[in-house]
Amino acid sequence: MKKLLLVLLSAPLLAFASDVELHLDKAPDHSRDFAALQHGAKVFVNYCLNCHSASYMRYNRLTDIGLTDKQIKDNLLFTADKVGEPMTIAMKSADSKVWFGAAPPDLTVIARARSSEFGSGSDWLYTYLRGFYRDSERPTGWNNVVFENVGMPHVLWELQGDQVMGADHKLKLEEPGKLSPQEYDAMVGNLVAFLAYMGEPMAEFRKSLGVVVLIALAVLFVFAYALKREYWKDIH
Amino acid sequence: MASNADKFKSDGSMLGGLLEWVDARFPATALWNEHLAKYYAPKNFNFWYFFGSLALLVLVNQIVTGIFLTMHFKPDASLNASGVPVAFASVEYIMRDVPLGWIIRYMHSTGASAFFIVVYLHMFRGMLYGSYRKPRELIWIFGVLIFLCLMAEAFFGYLLPWGQMSYWGAQVIVNLFSAIPLIGPDLSVFIRGDFVVGDATLNRFFSFHVIAVPFALAGLVAAHIIALHEVGSNNPDGVEIKKKKDANGIPLDGIPFHPYYTVKDIVGVVVFLMFFAVIVFFMPEGGGYFLEFNNFFPADPLKTPPHIAPVWYFTPYYSILRANTVNFFWLDAKLWGVIFMGLGVMVFFLLPWLDRSPVKSIRYRGPIYKSALAIFVVCFFILGYLGMLAPTPGRTLVSQICTIIYFAFFFLMPIYTKLDKCQPEPDRVTFK
Repeated sequence: MKKLLLVLLSAPLLAFASDVELHLDKAPDHSRDFAALQHGAKVFVNYCLNCHSASYMRYNRLTDIGLTDKQIKDNLLFTADKVGEPMTIAMKSADSKVWFGAAPPDLTVIARARSSEFGSGSDWLYTYLRGFYRDSERPTGWNNVVFENVGMPHVLWELQGDQVMGADHKLKLEEPGKLSPQEYDAMVGNLVAFLAYMGEPMAEFRKSLGVVVLIALAVLFVFAYALKREYWKDIH
Repeated sequence: MASNADKFKSDGSMLGGLLEWVDARFPATALWNEHLAKYYAPKNFNFWYFFGSLALLVLVNQIVTGIFLTMHFKPDASLNASGVPVAFASVEYIMRDVPLGWIIRYMHSTGASAFFIVVYLHMFRGMLYGSYRKPRELIWIFGVLIFLCLMAEAFFGYLLPWGQMSYWGAQVIVNLFSAIPLIGPDLSVFIRGDFVVGDATLNRFFSFHVIAVPFALAGLVAAHIIALHEVGSNNPDGVEIKKKKDANGIPLDGIPFHPYYTVKDIVGVVVFLMFFAVIVFFMPEGGGYFLEFNNFFPADPLKTPPHIAPVWYFTPYYSILRANTVNFFWLDAKLWGVIFMGLGVMVFFLLPWLDRSPVKSIRYRGPIYKSALAIFVVCFFILGYLGMLAPTPGRTLVSQICTIIYFAFFFLMPIYTKLDKCQPEPDRVTFK
């Protein structure tokens, strides 16, 4: 019996050794930083929302991150006429599939989809958007450290510059872009924070409501427990 | 059926008169007494006895939130203008544009996992205290049928959000039927309504999820409770309280379910809701176990995910399925997997007849059953854990060992429960 238990408890340790490690950089947390989220929204609308839609997200939802309808209309509304419309794009996914081989995915919930045991979806996106490097064997001329043979070219290359993969499997910036590496990382951090916000816009409200609900339940518990005690005092 | 003792006698008030009027036409007071006010339950219920009423609470939660989700969900696999399946987009519509829709959706998705947690604990309670033993075999059988319905309900429901895991999980499970000789391939096409999982599958799964299975589930829950109230509840000592009654025929160790257990269960409900709220409000994805991350990608029939894992509550059985790797007796390994997976669930039906111990409760059982149950639980957890991971030769070997132990626990039970050295049961219930 004891031997059996020993085998049972030790065998899994061998079996559970993890397979592939995926190293992700930690994305900065800007979930309550409206300036960062607004900057992220601007980058998203300018660079992403041409090929990628965010079709479950309405423009006027951005009032969540401190923007007014007028600000949204004047600065961000490129693909729609009214602030109540969703962030769709003109390109049809059937067409883009023919042009690029795969249709660029809708990005509304991408930060949730990219979560894994290796890190949050934000971490993945933060690593991904900073992990493009030159690869002459790819049709786009680009490859990526966390998304091998990715179909998307490096849309932000003008800002980041050209990275190459060294023999030591580390990325090196061969030709600097318009932004310094620090500025580029900060910009990507803001963009990723926006994508995370967009994945679940109610997340902050959800947590604050949760605190209220838990306090209410705690109060209810006091009364429920007192009621039980009162009824049960004669039962032995 | 209702005797005169169970009819309400009005003191002349309006409400009293109304109840008297109803009682003359419908056994309202009789039903109330039979199932609550004069249903005598053992007074020594412990922690494990909360999970029955909690299961009922979760069932109500699933039905109520389900009604509201059905108002906005669209079981449609066609692509919308943005190239996203309508069903997937309608879930996000609920999450964003339906007022408080996110709360309803998270309560439903968390409720699915909570249902299995509560039911697994409820079943384990039965195994701890021998609640399936004579005269409660039928309660147990109804319970296992409820468990089966629950698995079907969860399986059908999981396809509806039409994400990658929804789609490929359904594809894998429906394909299992194709392992059945002769009729298998046709059967799996019949189930899907198409050659691949598609719009027809989504619509029929939706129909099963919101009508057929809930109906069966409600009926079985009623049968489960009626059978329980016919024979009376077991208790942590596994002794019959009906053997010792007072002059009025009331069990000496029994207390009326209402108000004693209603007020006690309210405490359990509040504590449960606190755990539930922590998940719903602070970690609705449950670390990827309650809402799988990959399911935030819309279903793509052309892109098979590298690793398809079912939701956590199916993983012990998924492991048993994958543990079968040898062709045997002219039958395919896959078919053996399906057989053993089915058997793994069905074997619970036999439990009342496999257990030959002279006592019911773990408190008076000998070391053999105690160790056997402990090892069984460890194996169940290991199988569950391995079912979430991609298979490797080492993992497959472990899951094979655990599968053998899983079945040995049941099929060797008639032998080891007889050999076990049990302690004598007490005459009356005890508080521990």
